[in-house]
Amino acid sequence: MPDVPGLGLVKGLGVTLKTMLKPAVTVQYPHVKEAPAPRARGVIALKEENCTVCMLCARSCPDWCIYIEGHKTKAPPRRAGGKPRTVQLLDRFDIDYALCMYCGICVEVCPFDALFWSPEFEYSEPRIADLLHDKDKLGEWFETVPDYVPYESGSEVKVKKVPR
Amino acid sequence: MIPVLAELAYWQQSALKVVGVLAAVLVPAGAFVQLFLFKMVSHLQSRLGPMEAGPHGSLQALAEITKFIQKEDIVPARADRFVFKMAPFIVFVTVPLIYFAVPWGPDALFSNIDAGVFYVLAVSSVSVIGVLIAGWASANKYSLMGAIRAAGQLIAYELPMVLAVVGVVIQAGTMNLQGIVVMQAEGEIFGFDAIGNPFFLTQLVGFVVFLIAMQAELTQTPFDMPVAESELVTGYMTEYSGLRFLLFFLAEFAAVGAFGAVASTLWLGGWYLPGLDIDANYMNLVGPAILFGKILFIAFLVFWVRFTYPRFREDQLQAFAWKWLIPISLVNIVATGVFKVVF
Amino acid sequence: MTITERDRHYVSTTLSEARVNLEIETDGMTLNLGPQHPATHGTLRIIVKLDGEQVVACEVGAGYMHRGYEKLCEVRTYPQVTTLINRIDWLSHFANEVPFILAAEQLMGIEAPPRAQYIRTIFHEMARLGNITLFLGEMGLQLGAMTATFYAFRDREHVLNLLEAVTGGRFHPNFDRIGGLKDDLPKGWVDECHAVMKKIRGFCDEMEDLVMGNEIFQVRTRGIGIIPKHIALSYGLTGANARASGVDLDLRRDDKDIAMAWKHADFKVWTHPDGDSFARYWVRLQEVRESTYIIDQLLDGLPAGPIMAKVPRIIKVPAGEAYVQTENPLGWMGFYVVSKGDLGPFRVKIRTASFNNTSVIPWVCRGLYVPDVITVLASLYFILGDIDR
Repeated sequence: MPDVPGLGLVKGLGVTLKTMLKPAVTVQYPHVKEAPAPRARGVIALKEENCTVCMLCARSCPDWCIYIEGHKTKAPPRRAGGKPRTVQLLDRFDIDYALCMYCGICVEVCPFDALFWSPEFEYSEPRIADLLHDKDKLGEWFETVPDYVPYESGSEVKVKKVPR
Repeated sequence: MIPVLAELAYWQQSALKVVGVLAAVLVPAGAFVQLFLFKMVSHLQSRLGPMEAGPHGSLQALAEITKFIQKEDIVPARADRFVFKMAPFIVFVTVPLIYFAVPWGPDALFSNIDAGVFYVLAVSSVSVIGVLIAGWASANKYSLMGAIRAAGQLIAYELPMVLAVVGVVIQAGTMNLQGIVVMQAEGEIFGFDAIGNPFFLTQLVGFVVFLIAMQAELTQTPFDMPVAESELVTGYMTEYSGLRFLLFFLAEFAAVGAFGAVASTLWLGGWYLPGLDIDANYMNLVGPAILFGKILFIAFLVFWVRFTYPRFREDQLQAFAWKWLIPISLVNIVATGVFKVVF
Repeated sequence: MTITERDRHYVSTTLSEARVNLEIETDGMTLNLGPQHPATHGTLRIIVKLDGEQVVACEVGAGYMHRGYEKLCEVRTYPQVTTLINRIDWLSHFANEVPFILAAEQLMGIEAPPRAQYIRTIFHEMARLGNITLFLGEMGLQLGAMTATFYAFRDREHVLNLLEAVTGGRFHPNFDRIGGLKDDLPKGWVDECHAVMKKIRGFCDEMEDLVMGNEIFQVRTRGIGIIPKHIALSYGLTGANARASGVDLDLRRDDKDIAMAWKHADFKVWTHPDGDSFARYWVRLQEVRESTYIIDQLLDGLPAGPIMAKVPRIIKVPAGEAYVQTENPLGWMGFYVVSKGDLGPFRVKIRTASFNNTSVIPWVCRGLYVPDVITVLASLYFILGDIDR
């Protein structure tokens, strides 16, 4: 608390003057772009080969913004002389980013490592309908998925690997 | 150059003077808006401000002015139309009137008024009427509150302003603004005349009181209760948009320049810098530049304080004027009188 | 101006016994502060009846932002509810998830491992930093000093960047899970966090010079909106508002059973006897500094270990009821969870701090001038999402 009357006013002026003489902190987007953290939740990427159409992500989405359609087909047996296996293949896997709230529940519950987070965020569209990303577009986002970062000391979690 | 201008007929001279004073009003206003409102405040707040319009955002003021001019003319349905439209002009017209009296060089004046100080103080109070009728005619509760607060504040702070100036007048012995500049240029401090006798050394108390009263007359924070943004939106200017708002806006910034010019002339030595020849002809070109520099300095102080402090409450504001500023300036006058007689 | 014993006595006896009769028709003006107004933090409507510039009577109209959280929670599973409740008090992001997760863990009878508890507490304190630094700058804005707000946003960015490095979201971390946390800290985060704590302390010093030490600010806030101790208790004020009225109440220190790591940190609970707007600002400034010290201590004592307890893949919380409240940045936030053994809760009742904090506004605003009403609103510091849910 200032003892001299008026000292607080002078100190306040000093703070603003000091800030004026230091360079501004603004980053001039879009001329200069800052890279977000690797774990930043920008967009969800899909690795189609791993998806078994189990529908867990679509069921656990709070907004119900994932639309999945698939069909069953027979795949060749693993070993020669075995039975053909029944696998499910994707027909349609759409995520509606107009509804998505970027919570990450779908990525977390997927048991087969088919969904990943990517820090890309510059995909705004003039038309809302274009915000529905189909499975080809989601597969394109997979290129931008970064590797998982190592953990702090004292952690017992193992670093997972992104299946490239 | 000046003898050529003296050959023109009176009406031609007056026309030139009107154009000149409008330029003198608008150029500082635009410069202040660009420099201080956009760039200085941004750096004070640790950000860059406008950067897109022109290199480093230097054309932003031009862009803003153009934007205001092309807006729709809206008058509220229940407003008093004639009064509503008249208010911005009343506020705007006082500013060129003040600039008329300020000397810019030994011969570069718009007019040499003998009672210059008296004229400036009288004319600067006309804007109070404009503010009052703007708030009343808007038919808006917030505007009305802002206008009433403004009226009380502006009238209350006239007094410290006048009393602070009286000290200068006593010391200079003249009310003529050109005479005051000459007195500061040729005076001496206890026999030491290298830098003349700028009045801010002896009249420091008056200078500070004038600066504070000026901040209040311009309704800048910490005295911006009439325009308290977080309560009254924009106070008496709430219902104005487009060209009318532009007039209020320009009047505010041009008034910063006008009062800054008066303060520079009365305390900082006006268009004269020690070391220069007071009667030379080139001073008619250099003088305005020097005065503009001093106006920039005073405007910097005004905006620096504006963007740092919170605002006073209306009754605290009035108490500050009546209980502190007026007694201090009265004491200043008495002390000046005593010193003038004794020394 | 100092608060004398006489002022406090007058406020606590005479003013608190006065009754306000809204049916008396005076010639005064009725002013609507809001719902769209720069002074209210969101869509809050305050109806004041004025006599000149003095408030004769005041009423609060909340509910413009009601989003139906309690109903939404009835039809969602536990992970989905965690995602939603981030958004109740959107400035103290992580702190909203904590009481709900703790209530669910109480029903399941499990406790998060120590490392998870420490990190949860660290994030809870960081939510406090993010929230209250904004308040410190924004109260200056309400009073006219707009520069302080920009400094607050600039220094708050560091806290948000830290949060993004761990959780992926700056504003809605969605990081708490029943049994622990979603993921562990990335490498180098602890050192970064220590550096940011130093920056926040520097910011507090700056705010002390720029806002709190400013004579104009003090003249505007000292003695304005005094809430005496018994009024604060009877209206249910919690958090910094109560502590500024002299009520020594802090759940972080008082609640010994809660499964968080506050008991491992040594910190001081700041109170102020005056109960005026200045006291509320002062208490929050000290609390921000104290939070940085708490985070530093917890980071130094971070135990190694797992981040998640053994929980089944699909979580079904057994039937029962549990109520957990925590000391959130705005006050006490409590979740009363009723479960019938399903995938999601049967009923959730949310006790939010701002709802009770704003109930005192009609009492406090009598006899104040309009600018003082703004000061009091700013100093009580509510978030609309917290009031209306």
